[in-house]
Amino acid sequence: MASFTVVKKEDLDAELEKGPKCVLRGQTSDLGCLTRQDGSVSLSQGDTTSIAVVYGPAEVRINKEKIDRATVEVIYRPKIGLPRPNHRKQERIMRNTLEAAIAANLHPRSSISVVIQETEDLGSNLSCSINSACLALLDAAVSMNFMVASVTVAIKENSDMILDPTKRDETEAKSVLTYVFDSVNYQILTIVSCGKFSRSEHKKGLTLAREAAKSVFQFYRESMSKKLLMSE
Amino acid sequence: MRETPLSNCEREFILKNISQQRRLDGRNAYDYRDLRIAFGVSLGCCHVELGKTRVLAQVSCEVGEPKQTRPHDGVLYVNVELSPMACPSFEQGRQSEEGIELSRLMERCLKESRCLDMESLCIVSGEKAWHVRVDIHVLNHEGNILDCASIAAISALAHFRRPDVSVNGEEITIHTLEERNPVPLSLHHMPLLVSFTFFSQGKYMLVDPSSKEEKVMEGKMVVGMNKHRELCTLQVTGQMLLLKDQVLRCSSIALTKVTKITELIHQALDNDKQARSKGEKHGFAVLVSGDKVTANRLPKIEVNVEKFEDSDEMDEGQSCSDDADAQNGIEELEMQTEAAPRESAVEILTKGVGVIGEGGASTWLDIPQENTKQQAAKKRRYKSVAMEEGIGS
Repeated sequence: MASFTVVKKEDLDAELEKGPKCVLRGQTSDLGCLTRQDGSVSLSQGDTTSIAVVYGPAEVRINKEKIDRATVEVIYRPKIGLPRPNHRKQERIMRNTLEAAIAANLHPRSSISVVIQETEDLGSNLSCSINSACLALLDAAVSMNFMVASVTVAIKENSDMILDPTKRDETEAKSVLTYVFDSVNYQILTIVSCGKFSRSEHKKGLTLAREAAKSVFQFYRESMSKKLLMSE
Repeated sequence: MRETPLSNCEREFILKNISQQRRLDGRNAYDYRDLRIAFGVSLGCCHVELGKTRVLAQVSCEVGEPKQTRPHDGVLYVNVELSPMACPSFEQGRQSEEGIELSRLMERCLKESRCLDMESLCIVSGEKAWHVRVDIHVLNHEGNILDCASIAAISALAHFRRPDVSVNGEEITIHTLEERNPVPLSLHHMPLLVSFTFFSQGKYMLVDPSSKEEKVMEGKMVVGMNKHRELCTLQVTGQMLLLKDQVLRCSSIALTKVTKITELIHQALDNDKQARSKGEKHGFAVLVSGDKVTANRLPKIEVNVEKFEDSDEMDEGQSCSDDADAQNGIEELEMQTEAAPRESAVEILTKGVGVIGEGGASTWLDIPQENTKQQAAKKRRYKSVAMEEGIGS
């Protein structure tokens, strides 16, 4: 099953003229956009949008209970059709990442569940999902060791870097790398790669993504302090 | 997670109010909540807000074999997802009774009303036909999911465009969107569902129930209708008996509601079409306004390229010690995560903390400076401050 977007010729030409792109697309966040959950956010990065909600710390099912820490559950919901194995993989990546970020040992024998709904996938979807999950956790005031920010970099055939690629960039690129950083020292938490890339390309992408992640963290801080009505 | 039941007290309160012609949110008995229809960037993606209830619908299509019993027709699937996203009591992967009822009603509304011209979806009789799928995701459950879902589904179907197909003898070509303009599905009419809830043996009736009203209702009637006064679905559930007059009254109310909503859908479709043709920004990202306290907007940022060239060279030089670095990095990270809560000092930001809402400054939580330090020391022992640190700094 497929859904379609119309890309205009003029837009395409304009895009091609710009050359190698190291631009993080505009972001918007809407914290607490839903009412029934403990924390919710709708995040957009360019035209890619996703909604994430958090429940917890709450009651946990006996078979999932952990004696010393909270169980972190991540559910990813694709927009079209039922969840498939690649979505399960994405869930697992996000769970592993968030498990490191959430201070789970503070809430033993409870569950913290994150549900992420894809609402528009137009490139860098995994990054958008992870970032929205982190913002939802902040909105739910779940204790965390650090925040996480994810940035995607696409590498073209001529080893040009495209930061925060669109769907089109992703399909044309020879490899797509998604990095996740922590907010303390901007260390790498997770790398998800697809396609071939050389060591130097990886290095290049990493530094680029790390620089971009800093502005993502700044965006988190601005959003939260605006919500809590704190002046910077 | 289990759903919190409504207390007797609340139940009686709501029922008493209804008997006095009042509702919790100040609406009249036959009023709908505010309706907002928005379309995404991709075709056939529709997002509907009915009060706080939110539903997302996405239409998709692929080429497949038609059903053997109906070789000249395309296929329409309707899938309603009640995920834990909407409400903590909905479970992942298992269809609840409520979910099955919802999806059956939606199927009856969309499939059995024959609103979609199935024959136009056929490419080669008995061999190839379009399979159209409508996925309906409930995002937030604040009552009356059904009406909201039916609006979302029909708007999404009206918004959707499928790729053009040409048949030349044995050869079938599916044209890409760049080659040929995509074609809309042929919709004969727009059936919409309107639900009515009944209280005290059908004595009182409410339109567009909220989730609390749904919990105390005795029965429900769903009327599916289009603006041409044609009934498509009628369903009555619950433990109550209805008079003939009630049914007739409901259908006439449904008609006015359906006419109004259909108008609104057409207007939303027009707005989207205009925005697209003018090349203006459209989609969900534009909808978020920066004016709200909870919403934030960041314009696009150019990431400093110069810097990355420098560090790249430096990194190349260091590449031999990469593994060791990475190892150290991980250890460092682990250390930090453990140590962070103890090291950092708690900061209580008195400024602004006492403000509720957007209005003027209130100082009811303005703690004197001496106390703050003592409290901070106390708090440090109990509370992880990783988060505050993240936000505050």
